[in-house]
Amino acid sequence: MIQVVSLSKFYGKKAVVEDVSVTIQPGKITSFIGPNGAGKSTLLSMVSRLLDADTGEVLIDKADARKMKSNEFAKKVSILKQSNYMNVRLTIRELVSFGRFPYSKGRLTDEDEQIVDQSLEYMHLTELQERYLDELSGGQRQRAFIAMVIAQDTDYILLDEPLNNLDMKHSVQIMKILRRLVDELGKTVVIVLHDINFASVYSDWIVAMKDGRVVKNGPTEEIIQSEALKEIYDMDIPIQKMDGCRICVYFNS
Amino acid sequence: MKYLLLGLLVLSAASLFVGVSTVSPLDLLNLQSEDTQIFLISRLPRLIAILLAGAGMSIAGLIMQQLSRNKFVSPTTAGTLDATRLGILVSMLVFANASMLQKMAVAFAFALAGTFLFMQILDRIKFKDAIFIPLVGLMFGNILSSVTTFFAYKADVIQNMSAWLQGDFSMIMKGRYELLYISVPIIIIAYFYANRFTIAGMGEDFSKNLGLAYRRIVNIGLILVALITATVVLTVGIIPFLGLIIPNIISIFKGDHLKKTLPHTALLGAIFLLICDILGRVIIYPYEISISLMVGVIGSGIFLYLLFRRKRYA
Repeated sequence: MIQVVSLSKFYGKKAVVEDVSVTIQPGKITSFIGPNGAGKSTLLSMVSRLLDADTGEVLIDKADARKMKSNEFAKKVSILKQSNYMNVRLTIRELVSFGRFPYSKGRLTDEDEQIVDQSLEYMHLTELQERYLDELSGGQRQRAFIAMVIAQDTDYILLDEPLNNLDMKHSVQIMKILRRLVDELGKTVVIVLHDINFASVYSDWIVAMKDGRVVKNGPTEEIIQSEALKEIYDMDIPIQKMDGCRICVYFNS
Repeated sequence: MKYLLLGLLVLSAASLFVGVSTVSPLDLLNLQSEDTQIFLISRLPRLIAILLAGAGMSIAGLIMQQLSRNKFVSPTTAGTLDATRLGILVSMLVFANASMLQKMAVAFAFALAGTFLFMQILDRIKFKDAIFIPLVGLMFGNILSSVTTFFAYKADVIQNMSAWLQGDFSMIMKGRYELLYISVPIIIIAYFYANRFTIAGMGEDFSKNLGLAYRRIVNIGLILVALITATVVLTVGIIPFLGLIIPNIISIFKGDHLKKTLPHTALLGAIFLLICDILGRVIIYPYEISISLMVGVIGSGIFLYLLFRRKRYA
C-alpha cells in the first residue's frame, strides 16, 4: 500500500501540488486524471522519489520512502516517464537486462537471465530481442520499457502517460498488458492518463486532480458520473453504457 | 574484435620499423648496437605512447558522449582540451619550474573544471538540438582558448604554448611519455563502471528508477575524462577529433552498451592513431607531418560524413 500524506510541492510561491493525501490500494489499477497542469505528473514523480517533496511524506508499505536505500526502493517501486524516448542504441534485451540492475549490479546471474527471458516472453518481444531501440515503432519501444519494469520485479509500477504518441491499437495493447500485470502477477499499477475513457474502461480506482489538489477519489463507477466530471473538467459530459463499459461522450459537449 | 586485434599487431610491428634510421628486426638480436638503442629509446616508447593516447582519448570521448547523451560531444567539442591548455599555461606561469606532476595536477584541475562547466551549461540549455550543443561547446572552448592566448602573449610564452597546441609523437622518447601509463588503470576503471555509465546515459529519471546514484556516476565519469585528457595533452599534445569519431563508428556497428563497446573503442582508437602516425611519417619522408594535422584532416573528413549520414536519418 502506498500512502501519500499531505504532500506539497512549490515552484517559487506557486503550489503545483498542495496538501495531497491519498491512499493507493494494492493489487489494483489506479488512474490519475485531470486537466493539464493539475499536478498529476509532479505527484507521481514525488511518490517515486524523482522529485523531492517540500512538505509531507510518502509511505511505502508503512515505511518512510525517503529513509529507504535507493537500491531497496528500486526493488519496490518502478517508474516509467513519458520522456523515456531516447536515441541510445541498445538492444531490447540489453534494456530489459537493466531491470535487474538493483539486484545484481550488472553482473547477471542465471536467475537474472531467466527473469529477463520471462519478461521478454511476457511482452511478446522474444523474437525482437536483438533489435535496437532506435529501430522500433513507438508501441514496440513502450513494450520494451514495460518489459524492463517487469524484470525489475517491483510491487508497485508507476507510469506517467504511457499512451502518449501511441495509436489506438497500441494504446489498447498497452492497457491490456497493464490489466494482466494486475490480474495475473498481482502488481499494483498507478498511471497518469489523459483519455478518460481508457481510465474508465481499465482502472479499478480513479483519483481526479485539479489545480494541485485532489478533487475526487473513489472507485471508477463513482467518478465516471456526469456530476463528478463536471466538477473536474468544467464540462457537461454525458455517460453512455455500452457492453458494460461506461463511455464519456465529451466530443460535442 | 579478432580483426581489430590482428590489425593492431600488424600496424604496431610496422610502426616499430618505420623511421629515418633503418632498424631491421635482425639488428635487435645484437643488444649493444646503435639500432637497438634507437629501438628502445625512441621507437618502442613512441608505439606505446600512440597506443595509450589513442585508446585513452577514444574512451574519454565515449564516456563524454554517453553522459551528455549527445553523439557530437567529445573533449574537442566540449572545451576540455582548451581548458587543459589553459591549465598548463597557469602552471607554467605560477610555478616557474613546474615538475611534470605539478603541471599534471593543475592541468587536470582545469580540465575537470572546464568539462564540469560545460555540463552545467548543457543542463541549462532548453534547446537540446544534436548539432547545437557541440557548437556551444566549440564556442566555449574558443573563449577559453583566447584567454590562454592572451595571457601567453602577455607572458611571452606563445612559442612554448604552441608545443601543446600541436600533437606530436616525434618528441616522444624514453623518460618523456611514462605519464601516459595513467590511462591504463583509468580504462580498467571505466570498464568496471561501464554498466553504470550506460544507465546514466539513459537519463537522470531512468537512473534513479534503477536506484543508481546518477550525480555521483556522472562526476566519476568526468574525473576519468579529465585525467585522460590532461595526461595526453601534457605528453603528446592536442589530438583533435579522435574522441569524437571513434566512439561514433563503433556505435553504428556495436550499439551503445559500454560493456560491449568499450574494448572495441579502445582498440579502434589505437589503430586509427597508428595509421595516422605511420602515414604522417611516410608521406614526406624523411620529414614528418604532425599527428594533430593528420588526425585533423582525416578526422574532419569522417566527421563530416557522420554529420551527413545523420541528416539522412532525420
